Amino acid sequence: MAQHQVNYASSAGLPIALTSVDKLVNWGRSNSLWPLTYGLACCAIEMMASGASRYDFDRMGTIFRASPRQADVMILAGTLSKKHSEFARRLYDQMTEPKWVISMGSCANTGGMFNTYATVQGVDRIIPVDIYLPGCAPRPETLQYALMMLQKKIRKESADMKKNTKQDLTNQTGKRARLI
Amino acid sequence: MRKYVPKDNVQGKSYYTDRFWVAPRVPRSEVEDEHFAAVVTALGDLAKESYVEIGQLVVHIDATNNFTVLKTLKEKCGYTQCSEQSAVDYLAKDGEFELFYQLLNVNEAKRVRVVCRIKNGEAIESVEPLFKSANFAEREMFDMFGIKVNNHPFLKRIIMPDDWEGHPLLKTYPLHGDEFASWYEVDKIFGKEYRDIIGPENRDPAKVDRHDTKRFSRVGYEVPFGADISEGETEKAIEYSETLLVNYNKKASKQLDERR
Repeated sequence: MAQHQVNYASSAGLPIALTSVDKLVNWGRSNSLWPLTYGLACCAIEMMASGASRYDFDRMGTIFRASPRQADVMILAGTLSKKHSEFARRLYDQMTEPKWVISMGSCANTGGMFNTYATVQGVDRIIPVDIYLPGCAPRPETLQYALMMLQKKIRKESADMKKNTKQDLTNQTGKRARLI
Repeated sequence: MRKYVPKDNVQGKSYYTDRFWVAPRVPRSEVEDEHFAAVVTALGDLAKESYVEIGQLVVHIDATNNFTVLKTLKEKCGYTQCSEQSAVDYLAKDGEFELFYQLLNVNEAKRVRVVCRIKNGEAIESVEPLFKSANFAEREMFDMFGIKVNNHPFLKRIIMPDDWEGHPLLKTYPLHGDEFASWYEVDKIFGKEYRDIIGPENRDPAKVDRHDTKRFSRVGYEVPFGADISEGETEKAIEYSETLLVNYNKKASKQLDERR
């Protein structure tokens, strides 16, 4: 963690490590990402496998929580139907800041093969997404990779969440969408 | 054999259909089976037309008689289970819905399909007092086709949201949804004024926009999120996994003990 070389002899023998607040806070945040247990479809099976003993999310400090109040990450694993979209957004709103979103699988990313009236065509229409994970369904390794990419992203961010912009897509009309 | 149609551009289209394909007709035969003959006799004049299709008896009836017919089948012929009940949209062809009740006799291992037709806007009598399974089946039929069911205990949408508009299994309902369906989640969560901000749904599965750096990137030509690349972008060295991870098969570049 130390960003500068420490000479113990010259600093009165004290174990001192110098760093910045951003680095320290992001170290804590990125190494204990607690996702919400929120499976929507078959991707949830892969998400469960990632959390179980074989792929073992726990070793990365990632423990699934059953309440949005305790969760930092929302993994949208599967097809989001229009009927359910309202509740997905409510769960996202109930999560405390700082919070991040992984869109897992083709269905969550773009609607996937469900190009129909009843499926949300990409969860980024209602929730700002940090990591898009392709695949149908993505293997547990790729979900771990997505989580590692999210850790990498968090380590690059500012500790002050107000300075970090959420996904900000400009649509065809040129207006700016800011979904907080 | 069906005629070969080139499918080169099939990915670019939203979906592929053969408009001239006609489904083969299932052969129909006379009612010869002893049990089925007894069923037809028990129904009497209520059965307008009856024949056997793939070992199943099909009985056409008047829609007004549906409760009487199903009661007879249940109490006199032993058809104690209603495994499926729904409708088929023939509005474009005949201006009618075809309703069917699929019944099962467990003791005889026989199935009967009771078919009736109703005009658009007409209601049907509920068979929920006879078969409890008809409760959800009739709610689904109401949800998908908008067919009202008289004397149903709780006629309410079952699959689509309660505030949904339209009945999705009608042939006139577009697969990608009407205007209400395509804005449903935006209207519900953010409000109608957010339609302009969020923008319409992208229904093209093959859409790639090379200059859109918010949604697409090119391997070896990575640019920051949202950068303008209309002028072209510079090539970058591709970062392979060997530069990220430690390759233990390679000889270590750092010699710790210089005497060796």
